[in-house]
Amino acid sequence: MKLSLGPLLYYWPRERTLAFYREVEAMPLDIVYLGETVCSRRHELRAADWIDIAGRMVAAGKQAVLCTQALIESESDLKALRKLVGTRGYALEANDMGAVRLLSHREPPAGFVAGPGLNLYNEHTLALLGRLGATRWVAPCEMDRDMLEALIRAAPAGMQTEVLAYGRLPLAWSARCFTARHFNLQKDTCEFRCIEFAGGLEVSTREAQSFLVLNGIQTQSHKVHSLLGDLRAVREAGVAVVRISPQVSGTGQIVALFRAAIEGTLDPDEAASRLRAHMPAEPCNGFWHRRPGLELVASQAGA
Amino acid sequence: MNPPASPRMPSPIELVCPAGGLPALKAAVEHGADCVYAGFKDETNARNFSGLNFDDASLREGIRHAQAHGVKVLLALNTYPTAANWPRWTRALDRAAEFGADAVILADAGLMEYARRTHPQLRLHLSVQASATSYEAINFYREHFGVQRAVLPRVLSLAQVAEVIANTPVEIEVFGFGGLCVMVEGRCALSAYVTGDGPNCTGACSPGKAVRWEQTAQGLETRLAGVLVDRYAHGERSGYPTLCKGRYEVRGETYYAIEEPASLNTLELLPELVRIGVRAIKIEGRQRSPAYVAQVTKVWREAIDRAVRDPDSFAVSPGWMAQLNKVSEGQSHTLGAYFRPWK
Repeated sequence: MKLSLGPLLYYWPRERTLAFYREVEAMPLDIVYLGETVCSRRHELRAADWIDIAGRMVAAGKQAVLCTQALIESESDLKALRKLVGTRGYALEANDMGAVRLLSHREPPAGFVAGPGLNLYNEHTLALLGRLGATRWVAPCEMDRDMLEALIRAAPAGMQTEVLAYGRLPLAWSARCFTARHFNLQKDTCEFRCIEFAGGLEVSTREAQSFLVLNGIQTQSHKVHSLLGDLRAVREAGVAVVRISPQVSGTGQIVALFRAAIEGTLDPDEAASRLRAHMPAEPCNGFWHRRPGLELVASQAGA
Repeated sequence: MNPPASPRMPSPIELVCPAGGLPALKAAVEHGADCVYAGFKDETNARNFSGLNFDDASLREGIRHAQAHGVKVLLALNTYPTAANWPRWTRALDRAAEFGADAVILADAGLMEYARRTHPQLRLHLSVQASATSYEAINFYREHFGVQRAVLPRVLSLAQVAEVIANTPVEIEVFGFGGLCVMVEGRCALSAYVTGDGPNCTGACSPGKAVRWEQTAQGLETRLAGVLVDRYAHGERSGYPTLCKGRYEVRGETYYAIEEPASLNTLELLPELVRIGVRAIKIEGRQRSPAYVAQVTKVWREAIDRAVRDPDSFAVSPGWMAQLNKVSEGQSHTLGAYFRPWK
């Protein structure tokens, strides 16, 4: 099983982002997904900066994958998308069907990753994406183990399956920016306030139960989804790549624990218990066990 | 009790009304819908609520009734089948074709491929649940499956809707009135995260079985699967605990952190929607009563006819607003994303 790092979902100052990716170069990762997928207004890093980082990841022995934006609204979003699709030398992850269309028309044809936002839930849709050039696909975060196993069994030959194995769940996208809303600002004049909240804005219920995290137009779970304790089942299901989503701090330690568990140098139970010290919130894994996503289900290998 | 069958003139901008059951379907037909949309009684559509939707007999009857009055029936099969339950969706699609539905509204590309192969004559509409927000995405479905109409997610401004229309041969349908999804349709797992049921796979958002209302010393509390969605002071108007419309705390401030419980209402945009070439306007609310459907259909029929006849002197009648206010969620209205500052 390979280990990947998902795209950075938060908006950090340029220097912090660059410093983070200098650390990533040294992390034991096979694949690094790059680019701004959440908000087109974020501009601390430009397309050229991401391509530069991609080059350094390749030099560090990793596969670099550039990701398209999840929510395409305007003509300028499409312009940026077309430019990205025209980028040669790196694999791309498609995060909407517009990106799939553009990627499938590339000459000469090149493989791509079908991203987590494409709603691939059955083998017929997956086979279609395979015919259009997808060589790897990322399961929707809601997908449970049984659904995934059945789908992997029926998947086209050579199609690699990737699952989000660690990180706050990207639950929803909106046209509205909830960070701007918190400051009574409009998105078009948002003052880029999300840059002040490296891990997003925490949302609690009126009885102080931690519930969600607002990250601009994206809403995340407050709990941290983790399949470290379920890693044996993940492997048995036929998953080829497990993805870790970057967090505010401790990403390197988390990568190291997953790597050790994958290589068998650390027992998954032990890895899962050590993981707790690096998690910003309580763990959950309900989706994998066909339960509400916020639940924590004890797996065979412990939680 | 029904008016005599008299097919009306085709409208340049169709009014598409919700039918959660036969009585609502008949109300929509009677009050001026051009199309009604409906679903089967299961998770093959995104309004999978108990007591709602059609079995085979009532759908046949609904299609017969609507078509006899010149009204089209669009069947929503707009959730995502999985590897394990795929045949339920294809059987539903076969029945829709067999019963003579005028179109099916689909979200899953694999299912569109099946429809194209098995029922090549069946008209395909792209569901809002497919999250196609750009003409590139819409044209993807056109190229591969010959989709003839797309329903836009409620995320684009009016100028962006016009941009889409200018760049695709696919007819564009937009939401005009009703409950407002603040999240991109097809890209929201909030309900699945809390309750295990969500729009994508089980066709239910914030399902009734997970709802609890409880009177406490601090007020009336509404919960979804145990999560406190809101708490109402005495005398405050309470609402259904849809997760995105609760009051939560962010940095010490308690407010509608995601969206107020308001209804989308685009009546005032009608001349502009006609001008940019929107082909159909959808009214949300299959979970609402036949009385709601009757009221809203009646107002929108009148408004659309007036906007088409004389767009330059169109004005929203106070009477229309009064009637719509009676049936609106939260009794307030918003233009949603069509009005850019909402974002």
